[in-house]
Amino acid sequence: MNVTLKIIKYEFSNILRSKWLIIYTLFFLAVSYSLFTFGGDSGKALVSLMNVIVIIIPLISIIFGTMYLYNSREFVETILCQPISRKALFIGVYLGTVIPLSLSFAAGVLIPFFLSGNYDEINTFLLLMVTGIFLTIIFTAAAFVIGLKNDDKVKGLGFAIFVWLLLAIVYDGIVLFVIYIFQDYPVENAVLALSILNPVDLGRILFLLNFDISALMGYTGALFQKFFSGNAGILVSSASLCIWSALLILWGLKSFDGKDF
Amino acid sequence: MISIKNLDKKYGSLHALKNINLHVNPGRVTAIVGPNASGKTTLIKSILGLVKPNAGSIEVMGKVINGDCSYKKFIGYMPQSAKFPENLKVREVVNLIKDIRGTEPPLANEISEKFNLTNEMNKLFRTLSGGTKQKVSALIAFMYSPKILILDEPTAGLDPVSAGTLKNLVREEKERGRTIILTSHIMSEIEELSDEIVFLLEGKIHFEGDIESLLSNNNNEKLERIIAKMMMVEAV
Amino acid sequence: MNKILNKILVLLILLGGFFILDAREISVSKNGIVKTIKQALQLAENGDVIIIHEGYYAEGNIIVDKSVTLKGVNFPIIDGKGSGEVFTINSDFTSLYGLTIKNAGVSFIAENAAIRLNEVTGCKIIGNRFYNNFFSVYLSKSSNSIIKDNFIKSSGQRETNSGNGIHLWYCKDISIENNYIFGHRDGIYLEFVENAEIKKNYSKNNLRYGLHFMFSDRCVYTSNKFENNGAGVAVMYSKNVEMISNLFYNNWGPASFGILLKDITDSKIEHNRFVKNTSAIYIEGCNRISIKKNNFENNGWAIKLMANSSDNIFRENNFISNSFDLSTNSRSNFNTFEGNYWSEYSGYDLNKDGVGDVPHHPVRLFSIIVEQQQASLILLNSLFIKTLDIAESVIPSLTPEMLIDTKPMMKVLK
Repeated sequence: MNVTLKIIKYEFSNILRSKWLIIYTLFFLAVSYSLFTFGGDSGKALVSLMNVIVIIIPLISIIFGTMYLYNSREFVETILCQPISRKALFIGVYLGTVIPLSLSFAAGVLIPFFLSGNYDEINTFLLLMVTGIFLTIIFTAAAFVIGLKNDDKVKGLGFAIFVWLLLAIVYDGIVLFVIYIFQDYPVENAVLALSILNPVDLGRILFLLNFDISALMGYTGALFQKFFSGNAGILVSSASLCIWSALLILWGLKSFDGKDF
Repeated sequence: MISIKNLDKKYGSLHALKNINLHVNPGRVTAIVGPNASGKTTLIKSILGLVKPNAGSIEVMGKVINGDCSYKKFIGYMPQSAKFPENLKVREVVNLIKDIRGTEPPLANEISEKFNLTNEMNKLFRTLSGGTKQKVSALIAFMYSPKILILDEPTAGLDPVSAGTLKNLVREEKERGRTIILTSHIMSEIEELSDEIVFLLEGKIHFEGDIESLLSNNNNEKLERIIAKMMMVEAV
Repeated sequence: MNKILNKILVLLILLGGFFILDAREISVSKNGIVKTIKQALQLAENGDVIIIHEGYYAEGNIIVDKSVTLKGVNFPIIDGKGSGEVFTINSDFTSLYGLTIKNAGVSFIAENAAIRLNEVTGCKIIGNRFYNNFFSVYLSKSSNSIIKDNFIKSSGQRETNSGNGIHLWYCKDISIENNYIFGHRDGIYLEFVENAEIKKNYSKNNLRYGLHFMFSDRCVYTSNKFENNGAGVAVMYSKNVEMISNLFYNNWGPASFGILLKDITDSKIEHNRFVKNTSAIYIEGCNRISIKKNNFENNGWAIKLMANSSDNIFRENNFISNSFDLSTNSRSNFNTFEGNYWSEYSGYDLNKDGVGDVPHHPVRLFSIIVEQQQASLILLNSLFIKTLDIAESVIPSLTPEMLIDTKPMMKVLK
């Protein structure tokens, strides 16, 4: 673990010099600042911010993660010749990517939030932060799996963007399709299950319901609201995010362990 | 020092190493030669644990390597082409390796001076030339004076002076009793440095023995001619 | 001498009290000669003023059949104790000022009220306080009366055992002004009422509707505030209604509306603000309504327009940050939209005249999908849905092609 910490430290100093990370931070700074300042009431601003987050974080995490893994291949090869276990190195490189990305996001939204001086929605804001960080964890892990499974950079990047498109856009198309196909049946539970399976949707929906949008949905909304605001819902949602994170990290670890460099 | 038994490696449909059996003697310089894509680098990377073989076993210093990484503290490695994280400084990478190994490298200053790297330590890798990176790579491999040195095309990309410095380093380490494995396409270099030679072709070992006997058995022809002949024979 | 004068006075009052300008005063107080209101009413003649001093009067079922004025000093408490009505007014020109009236009885048979005006005219109910009454002010077949400056509060839990704050049935020419109404079933209820003026009232936290009227023509509603009522405001089967400068705020819930309009014709809804309502205006079977210069902000739906409505005009409204600006259940359109500001509008204004150069389609494809499949609302704010909406706005195939604002404004209208 000690070695892992050292790797994280070095990854950190490497990644922090990357201009992409600075752009990423500035992007969140600009978006959150303008939303908190000009976006009307803070609830509305948070909803808009969340809409940006559930799209941008997966996109940047998966692209940045894939690129970064390709770029750190030499580093990995150099370090692998030293007495360090593959597991420790993988965890080090992974956390060395996830932590700066998360911090960059956190700084980008936290600073404007504190500057706005309006802490009424602090709980919702925390939910937004946690969701954002989970999405970073999940999509960086996905990026690592993709990068490790594809040695061809172009192929890997293409695949990363495909996965993002699938989860951020196409998936919702499938949900809509399911709703139409099974319109004669009580479709709510199926929709609920589908949205829990996709971390992007889960983030979006958790947030929607937090703002009482459920009222727009009548009976269906009441059902969702009951589920997501109840203990079971919070448990299932958190479990879903944790399971996604764990599965992808383990998959990445396994791929890394069996990989030829 | 290193003993390899029935080593087999496939990359998909490409059969890179076919049932390799090899014994590397301690205190000797062993050259691995062969045409491009004959499996030299795969063999080296298998020893380093960078490539996971499909079958067979590798023993380093009497212990089978199997997921355990502690034997790597006895190894110094120069890869074929040195690449480093662009946004890190030379010093940071050297320090990282120090951190991982947990000891001070005895030869670090000496080698840095020999390669004129002292002034490059605070530069980012992306600002360094290919040759300088190669020197850093040599520094990292040699600075601990490890029991085993594995050098993949060590002089490629180096200017003649630095290449000379590097060769001197190899000789010094040999005198210290280190075991050295190297690959090169420059036969004169191999003749100059090596004691033993392993000829690899299409993933198989076609010759294994000491250079002196190889030369004497071939009427003291140039090594280059002998190797070329071996390749020709295979091709027929 | 005095006795004779008194007798003459009494005689005069008996003969025709209406001509007497100097009314008599009767004092009611706990330690005075007249201790109860009922007693005072027995003594009183038409035109008398009954002064009720501070104190607690456990009196219910008080029947007023003389034209008197009841005036409270420091809000005496009249407690109906939960049985029957408190005041039943059967005489014209009766006024009640400054009273606190409590606990008119909940009943499933009778609509018990704190004050009931029963077939009277010219009455005033001003500056009273009402607590926990089944119905608070109930006007039945009355006219020319004023209900003003009252504070009306109830803590009804369920619609079935809770009555209305101000209830009018078959009334005419009534003014309801500056009343605060909380926690009743309907805040203000009008049925078969004509020419009522409802002004500056604040109706909040009522279980069903903040304001509810049916079959009530030529009524005017101005500068009222309707906040957080169970289902907002419902307006049905009426003509010539004017709703102006009201605020509809936070009527939020699965079946809540800012205003629900059903079968309303020739009416005006102007200068109102609709903020955070589930549906700001729901329009069904309405004709010739002018919906003008209203602000719709942060509502779920700003307007739900059913296809059986026609010739309604939507002009110079601001639609700002609503989840849906407009939804409808038909591809055809018989209403006019012109010169509104839509925050969703993404067109341009090359000639800088403040009017967008391309027409705006306010109906999103997603609103149609939601209309068909409620559950799909779960996809709100999804990138997929945004993509669909953009595609649809380029080539309308499911949304009403002719429902457009031909002159969308570039800036918020003041």
